[in-house]
Amino acid sequence: MEWITRNLPYLMAGISVGGQYALIAIGYTMVYGILRLINFAHGDIFMAAGLILVYSATVMPMYLAIPLMIVLTVLIGFMVERVAYKPLRTAPRMSIMISAIGVSYLLQNLALYITGGLSQQYPAIPWISDTVTIFGSTTKRVTVITPVLTLVLVVLLVLLIKYTKIGMAMRAASRDFETSQLMGIKINSVVSMTFIIGTFLAAIGSALFFTNYTGVTPTVGAMPGLKAFVAAVFGGIGSIPGAVIGAFIIGICENIIKGVGLTTFSDAFTFALLIIILIAKPTGLFGEKEADKV
Amino acid sequence: MSKKKKMAWNVSLIVALLGLLFVLEQVMPSGSMLFTVLKKGAIYALVAVSMNLLNGFTGLFSLGQAGFMLLGAYTYAILTIPPESRASVYQYYDGGIVNFAIPVPLALIAGGLIAAGFAFLIGLPVLRLKSDYLAIATLGFAEIIRAVFQWDKLGPLTNGSNLLRSFPTFQSVLYPFIVSGICIALIVMLINSTYGRAFKAIRDDEIAAEAMGINLAHHKRLAFVISSFFAGVSGGLLAMYQTTIQASMFKSAMTYEILLIVVIGGIGSVTGSCISAFLFIACSEWWLRFLDNENFYIGSFHVPLLRAGFRKVVFAVVIMAMVLFYRQGIMGTKEFSVEALQGFFRKLFRRKSVKEE
Repeated sequence: MEWITRNLPYLMAGISVGGQYALIAIGYTMVYGILRLINFAHGDIFMAAGLILVYSATVMPMYLAIPLMIVLTVLIGFMVERVAYKPLRTAPRMSIMISAIGVSYLLQNLALYITGGLSQQYPAIPWISDTVTIFGSTTKRVTVITPVLTLVLVVLLVLLIKYTKIGMAMRAASRDFETSQLMGIKINSVVSMTFIIGTFLAAIGSALFFTNYTGVTPTVGAMPGLKAFVAAVFGGIGSIPGAVIGAFIIGICENIIKGVGLTTFSDAFTFALLIIILIAKPTGLFGEKEADKV
Repeated sequence: MSKKKKMAWNVSLIVALLGLLFVLEQVMPSGSMLFTVLKKGAIYALVAVSMNLLNGFTGLFSLGQAGFMLLGAYTYAILTIPPESRASVYQYYDGGIVNFAIPVPLALIAGGLIAAGFAFLIGLPVLRLKSDYLAIATLGFAEIIRAVFQWDKLGPLTNGSNLLRSFPTFQSVLYPFIVSGICIALIVMLINSTYGRAFKAIRDDEIAAEAMGINLAHHKRLAFVISSFFAGVSGGLLAMYQTTIQASMFKSAMTYEILLIVVIGGIGSVTGSCISAFLFIACSEWWLRFLDNENFYIGSFHVPLLRAGFRKVVFAVVIMAMVLFYRQGIMGTKEFSVEALQGFFRKLFRRKSVKEE
């Protein structure tokens, strides 16, 4: 019992961070599923969402600022796809990836310009930043809300993909890009929709993530972004439940490592896990088997 | 043009370049931005060429360059800090555990060798991966290295997350040019050898290359190790240029910058990488500086938006435009040579004379 009370804070923090990673990881895994592209800019869009809330919260009440933040973030995601990825649809894969790195570089520098390189104080979102006590350990309410909210959103997303027309189009496009075009699917609107959903979830994730931290800096998105990507690979890229489970596992492991006192290695662990999973089972936990053997 | 004549041209061009640098150094004040650009540009040219060897010539999309540079830089610094100043550098770790210093050229090579050794080890599992997975795994490796080097327990060796300083540096702009020049020449020789042709075959079609009897694993590992060696050497040079190093410098943003240099120069062109390295450094350190100046006037018009950091935004936009609309880069896969230049002028004049008629 004593062991539980001592380690519960780490476990709860881990589940909470895992939920936040999961919301980012879905964006990666959906985009990769359809375009076979690692959207390097996704982590920076996540950071941009944080900055937008910082600035909008100074001029308007929170109940307006949060919807505005979500709308603007989705708009950024949509624009990035239209400007940087759509013209390169037929280009070699390396070009699209370089374009993604270019977007990430641009967003980071833009954030640097706007913030002047200083860490921006993240506003306290009422209710979810309140402190609560669970089993004798105090924490912010966001810790409890994150996993619940994540699961609700994921269930909604899975329902969307399974039972709606656009969801069916997404599944078709991720199965076979060219054939789905021949079947009359408007591929551009499907890809845009994917980006919209991905950035919408990342925007919510950023509101939850930054509540636990004091500030937003231009490079803050890179690490959670990479970790969420690792989570997506771990769960099997292209699979949404896989990404969510992978994200929770990574979040929990990372916080347990921090709890043991090896904070330096909490980041390293994620990448070591990536390398191990890629070698042992490149398709991840729930990944589909690659069709092409060569 | 005969091979001998070409060689003579190239050698005389290089000698002329070095001579020009020497004269410049005597004439210009040493604090000039030009020298900053030339020194840093030479170092980035080397690391860009080493990355091009992987990405452009072997087709392995690796993003671990910053990690290998870190290894080279740290090895260089640890091995060359004079014993008498170790006590002050390693003040939190009782002077560290290394109590000797070796000559600078040896330390640079040692930096390269350590980077190459790590590349060999990491390459064993990682090189089995394909395209974007390889990119992520190498990027992850670079992050691990950075985290491990800042670890407190390794403090006696790496000084933890504190600065390493007071190792020997260079004054003359000729030094990085000569070292980078030798390394790039070695890479060019490698690319033109049978190994280089095997690398290109792997890039163009792995299966066909394997069918032609090229040992894929062996050649990929070779390219990876050699590229990392030179990245390590350039890391050592970077340490010399900066006079202090810290693990937190070598972020993934550094790898991205190097990748962008390679892309701007043209993936698969050595001379392109060199040219774009100098252009990139010159733009980011010198020519676009005025964009950071808040009080910039054209006549009496106060140019809006200018503020610290605007330079980098403009720069990033230019790079994005380049990636989107000018995908070949400056040189494409072509190389700069006297012959090509001659041909270019001949064509130019011919066209002119046709018009005159």
